[in-house]
This record gives sequence, structure tokens and C-alpha cells, in this order.
Amino acid sequence: MTDPLLEVKDLHVGLPAGGGRMYPILQGVSFKIMPGEAFGLVGESGSGKSVTSLATMGLLKRPLRATGGEILFRGRDLLKLSRREMRKLRGDRVAMIFQEPMTALNPLVTVGRQIAEMFYLHQGKSWAEGEKLAVEALANVRVPNPDRRAKNYPHQMSGGLRQRVMIAMAMACDPDLLIADEPTTALDVTVQAEVLRLIKELCTERGTAVLFISHDLGVIASTCQRVGVMYAGTLVEENWTEALFADPRHEYTRGLLGALPRLGSRSSHGRQRLVDIDSIIDDRSKLTQTRFISPREEGAPA
Amino acid sequence: MSAPILEVDNLHVRFPISGGGILGTGKRTLYAVTGVSFSLAKGECLSIVGESGCGKSTTALSIMGLQEPSEGTIRFKGKPIAGPGAPSRMARAKVAQMVFQDPYASLNPRQTVNASLAQPLRLHGITGSEAADRIAKMLRSVGLTPEQGTRYPHEFSGGQRQRIGIARALILEPEIVVLDEPVSALDVSIRAQIINLLLDLQDDFGLSYIMISHDLSVVEHMSDRVLVMFFSQIVEQGGWKEIFENPQHPYTRRLIDAIPDPDVALGHGGVATGVTQPAAPAGWRFGSDGSTAPNVFSPPEPSELVDVGPEHKVRLLRA
Repeated sequence: MTDPLLEVKDLHVGLPAGGGRMYPILQGVSFKIMPGEAFGLVGESGSGKSVTSLATMGLLKRPLRATGGEILFRGRDLLKLSRREMRKLRGDRVAMIFQEPMTALNPLVTVGRQIAEMFYLHQGKSWAEGEKLAVEALANVRVPNPDRRAKNYPHQMSGGLRQRVMIAMAMACDPDLLIADEPTTALDVTVQAEVLRLIKELCTERGTAVLFISHDLGVIASTCQRVGVMYAGTLVEENWTEALFADPRHEYTRGLLGALPRLGSRSSHGRQRLVDIDSIIDDRSKLTQTRFISPREEGAPA
Repeated sequence: MSAPILEVDNLHVRFPISGGGILGTGKRTLYAVTGVSFSLAKGECLSIVGESGCGKSTTALSIMGLQEPSEGTIRFKGKPIAGPGAPSRMARAKVAQMVFQDPYASLNPRQTVNASLAQPLRLHGITGSEAADRIAKMLRSVGLTPEQGTRYPHEFSGGQRQRIGIARALILEPEIVVLDEPVSALDVSIRAQIINLLLDLQDDFGLSYIMISHDLSVVEHMSDRVLVMFFSQIVEQGGWKEIFENPQHPYTRRLIDAIPDPDVALGHGGVATGVTQPAAPAGWRFGSDGSTAPNVFSPPEPSELVDVGPEHKVRLLRA
């Protein structure tokens, strides 16, 4: 069996609560991502999915602190890297796209130059070469008229185009791992569908592994081979996507799936009341005590 | 179905956009809503779907009286509620109320829940113990306790705030409630609770809903009829079953295909997979990549809504 590309082992993140105590934010999160695999983390607000992704990128902001565990990327523990080493890795081997592209792009610099910066910083190209490569990168993310668009500023673009620019930047150095944190939440449905298709195609083409973070079970189902469900800082269930949706084992996952209005279910079964998660769970505080992590050997990916 | 309580007839909304420059030359007109007509029956949930900028919110604002139509009439129980002869704001407050997407932004942070529910009642001459009774009853029907009425908005969770937003919309007992993306900002589990609550309230109070949404799985779950809007016009309208099982307009199909639904994605169940769709009706002109989307600054080409089934219409170019 090949080695995992990313292995998060028993990760604990805490928030200092004064008097030397820590509020637990993540409580022993463990998962693996194989090279070229798309892994999804799904959960509601505050479940810790974004904190997990920020920890992986080494972007945890004070006062949040990793208090235990390891994040092994190709065998190296990212939590032990210096800031300088981490900065070299970030953008080059591990890249990230965020929910709101406007806040992640510099409004005063043309998008072509912002993409060129990736080549300049990580591959030692000159600015002129970088800008040529930036046009190519824009073409790769299916931006029409890439040479003209490279001269645009972010505000001259629509939300979908900006997200494509973000993807172009993220994929510029052919990273091994792409972390996509709610990349399509701010977009219209049809644009969302196009952006998701683009991420999927690019990553399959180049063999990039993806850590996909979303609150939307549908988005995760249509992009990922394997899914982890988070609740209150704990990974409560993990399985192959097919198996998880067909046979959710944790009561929280069952509640979450039942709470989702499914397309077509009204015409086949009539309007059924959506599951109220609080009515099927007696005690939320006990939810994190059981975990259903299916081993990878059990049922290979479809 | 009974006589419609709301009729919107040939509604147009146009915004003048200044062209900039010192002289302000080159003024243009933005066509936000063009020739929208529909009716709403009592107890019905009508959804308006479409993407950002298609005019669905502007249509809703016109019904609320917050946007003066450029042309067209809006009648409530046969009486016009827009344009000359429109009733006063006080009178129309009992006609339609609105529930917003972000309840926190629409609640006054310095007012307790009781105070913000009491104010509309006071303006309509209901005070004292009668008002208190109504507030307590309303809080109970949206799933809160009357004791929670003494708290401030920041003390509530997102789902509870949406319940307060709903209570405030319903306190004057309006006949129509405009739901503007009522569950988009909420988490999956909370969303289910609010959807269930809205459906219960609709039954209990005989409310008529106009729901604005881009989430088609919620629309399918809640609606009786659906209007699909694209660049200021209705491109398809019909019962929820017709729209979701037999979408005719290419844009409607695109919207439905774009929904990330777990069943469809994983290839079991769902409607969209395996069903061969009928060919596009002749005359549609909206490109699939958005690049040929109509220019919002010119009036749309002449076209008309053509019947394709009982109560099911689709827009075709006029031959």
C-alpha cells in the first residue's frame, strides 16, 4: 500500500481559557489522504472543519494553538516546521482556495501579476516569464480571453471568474495537495456546478489530492471519494462516500442526512417531514463519544 | 383553487443608471423586471427561483411596496396596492410582511424581542395585556418560550433568530409572507427545523408564501408553484411537479442539473439521472456559458409565454 500524502494523527487544537486551562476546539482528529484522492470534511458551523484545514496549512491564528498530535505531510510533521519552511511549502506543495475570493485577492494588483507571483516566488522565474505562465494558467482554468483577463483587476471580474483566478493561483505550482475551504458557498448554483467540475477535472488530470471542506453534503458527495463528518471538534464518522450516504452509522450523520430535502423525493414519496436532528438525538453531549471510522480496506473506492 | 388574493399584472421595474462623466451623459436604463405576471392563491406557496441579479428580489420588493413599479399593477383581493390609489403603509402592513435571509441584520440589537414585537402592535393600536398575550402566543407558535422574549437578539442562536424574524413578520397577522432566502444562512440541521416550522405555520394560519430562493431542493420541498426567472423575465412557470419532473426551458434544466444532490451525484434515486429530457423548445436563445446572456441595459427581445401543459408555461421568442 502506498504511503498517505497527508496524515493527521490525533490532532488537538485548544483555545487558552486562562489559568493554564484550554478549551478544546479539536479533540483528537485523525484522517489520511492518499495521493490523488479527494477527501471531504463535512459539518455544521463550529464543528472544527475549517480549524482542521487552517492547522494543516499552518495558518492557525493566536490564540488558537495545536496542543497535541501530528500533521504528517509526506512523512514530515508540519507542526514542527519553522515558519520559513512552512511558507516555502505553502503555495508550492500545499495550496488553498477560500470561500470568498475577493478577500483573498489583492484589489490593487492585476490578477495576471498575482498569479505570476507564484512562479516568481516558488519556481524562481522572472516576472516576465511569470506573466506569460499566468496567461497559460488562466487558460487552464477555462477563463475565456486569458490574455485580456490577465490585465484585469479583481473587481472587474464576476464571483465565478475570481474563484477561477484563485484556482489558477492555487494550481500554478502543481501542488500535491489542494485544500478547498467552502470554495463555492458564495456562488450561484450554476456557477458552483462549473467551478466544482473544474476543480475535479484539474485535480484528476494532475493527480492532485484534495481536502474539501463544506457544510453542503451534496457538494461533498459530488466531489469526494471519502468523507469525514465532524461534530464538535471530533470526526464522528468516516467512510467511502457511497457507503456513508447509503448507510450512515452515527446518529448525527443520520440526522444530518434526514434533515436534507432530497431532490425528487417529494414526487416519489410525497412531502415528508424533514428530520429534526434534536428529536432523534437525546443527548448531544454524548455524540462525540462514539466514532465510526471505517477502515480503508473495507470496500475499496468505486 | 379559490380566487387569487394577490395578482401581479405585467410588472416592470427599470432603474435609471447615470453614465458618469461631468455632464452625466450616456444615461442608461437597467431592465430589472420585465413583464412579470402571476397570481397567488390563499394558502399557496409560490417560489421565485433564479440566480443573482435575475430580478426575483426586486419583484418581491414591489409586492412589499418597497419598490415602486415602473409599469404594471399589483392587486390584493382585487384592490390595487401599488401606484396611485395605493393604501397607506399602515394599511398594507397587514397585507404582506417579509422574512429576511439574515435575521440578525434585520433585528434591532438594542431592543428585546418583546419590544421589537410590541412596536408594530402599538402602531396598530394594540397595547397592554392584549399585546402581551399576542406576543406570548406568537413566541410559542414559532417554538420559543415567552420568557425568552425579555432577551436581546445577540443572546440567540442563528436558528432562534430566524424564529424571531418569523414571529415579527407574523405578529400583525398578514395574509402574505414574503420569504427572502429564509434558510440560506442556516446550517443543515437548523434549516430542516425552520422549513418544518414554516410549513406548520402555513397550515395553522392559512398563510400564503412567496418564497425567493436559489436552493432548488428547498423549493421542491416547500412550493406549490414555481416561477423561474432569468434576466428580468419569467422563463418558465408551473406546478412544482411539472417544473421538477418535466422542465422545458433550457435554463430551468440547467438550474436543476446544477443542484449538488447526494442521490444524483452518487447515481441512485433522484430525478435527473437516466431520464432523457425532451428537446429544447424552438426559439430559446440563452447560451450555456453565460457569455451570450442578454444585456440588462436593453429591453429583452419580444417573446411570449406559451402553454405547454395545464398551468405550465415556457417563454419562447416571438416568431
